[in-house]
Amino acid sequence: MRLTQGTFSFLPDLTEEQIRAQVAYAMKNGWAVNIEYTDDPHPRNTYWELWGLPMFDLKDPAGVLHEIAECRKVFGSSYIRVSAFDSTATWESLRLSFIVNRPADEPGFFLERNEVNGRSINYTIRSYAASAKPAGERY
Amino acid sequence: MDAPASSVDLARVYADSGVGEVLDQLDRELVGLRPVKRRIREIAALLLVDKLRRELGLTAQPPTLHMSFTGNPGTGKTTVAMRMADILHRLGYVRSGHLVAVTRDDLVGQYIGHTAPKTKEVIKKAMGGVLFIDEAYYLYRPENERDYGQEAIEILLQVMENRRDDLVVILAGYADRMDKFFGSNPGFRSRVAHHIDFPDYSAAELQQIGQQMLTEQGYKFHPDAVEAFSRYVEARMQQPHFANARSIRNALDRARLRQAVRLFEDRDRKLTVDDLMTIEANEILVSRVLAPGDTSTGGESFPG
Repeated sequence: MRLTQGTFSFLPDLTEEQIRAQVAYAMKNGWAVNIEYTDDPHPRNTYWELWGLPMFDLKDPAGVLHEIAECRKVFGSSYIRVSAFDSTATWESLRLSFIVNRPADEPGFFLERNEVNGRSINYTIRSYAASAKPAGERY
Repeated sequence: MDAPASSVDLARVYADSGVGEVLDQLDRELVGLRPVKRRIREIAALLLVDKLRRELGLTAQPPTLHMSFTGNPGTGKTTVAMRMADILHRLGYVRSGHLVAVTRDDLVGQYIGHTAPKTKEVIKKAMGGVLFIDEAYYLYRPENERDYGQEAIEILLQVMENRRDDLVVILAGYADRMDKFFGSNPGFRSRVAHHIDFPDYSAAELQQIGQQMLTEQGYKFHPDAVEAFSRYVEARMQQPHFANARSIRNALDRARLRQAVRLFEDRDRKLTVDDLMTIEANEILVSRVLAPGDTSTGGESFPG
């Protein structure tokens, strides 16, 4: 099951050129670009690991693309996303976030129904990959 | 894709690129520096023709654009580097045309393993623009074989070779020490395509620079002060630590200070706009540089 999180996630994977264009757009708006990776892509897992430092003062996407390539070398079988942070007052949050790398095999999520208080049901989802194996061996 | 055209119009490409504008601005705003301007025109012409050739499918390799600027302090190396970034941007050789100016401190770390990330960070910042390394010879310290500068040099060399389309490196510094630096780092010499030497300014040029600086700041010389200033320039040039245009700027800053003090001490008088703009001869003549018999203390730190 294909993970659909963030912008463009229902489209085919972005090409290098498309990633470059998106990063250039973020820089044009003065947003700081970050690269994050994880092997636990549960929708409630907001905090992925940061690759390096946020790139506040780059003027050209080449630096970001270089870091994405470096990150892929190390975490090529994890999820990697690029996010753009807007630091202007009253925004102070992410304005854009999209996945740039995903594992070859994505087993998806299992919907668990938990009966509580008689016939009431609580729902939760579990990632197949993250439930079966410890961090680092999941994908 | 379109088939490459069989003929091109050099004049049109020149006009479209807007390079002429930058070159004219260079001529207008920078006094003197004739050999530098000529070299920059040559480089611009080379790049323009190269661009045309590429449009016709003649060359595929991007040209090597790394440069070295040598010359004494205050001869306009940084200013010209900024214009160079602009020219390269207009010709499409760098994407964004910004200039990142660094020195050894920004590239070399203090501990083992500290240098590579620091250098890479700076290179990332400069991508798409021009990386200007001032006093580049400090990167190489032969007297200390464990110096981390070597690590920064190796990363730089690699980037200068492999990412030629992403960034242009300009090395700057005093002529003799840069020669020594290139001598002991042949890798740099072979990767730098253009060596530009910045000559010292003549007394007349320095005066013109001074006038220009004053006009920019909304000041002017009293007719007597012009003569005093020319005497000042000649005297200052003979003294140690003379830093060309930078010394002139510092001298003018001090003259402005004295002018402000003069106006302030006479504050009961009604001032006109002219009063606020004019620098009088005395404000230049009281300088220690012109004090008779005392030429030993002409240091840049407190020449007064």
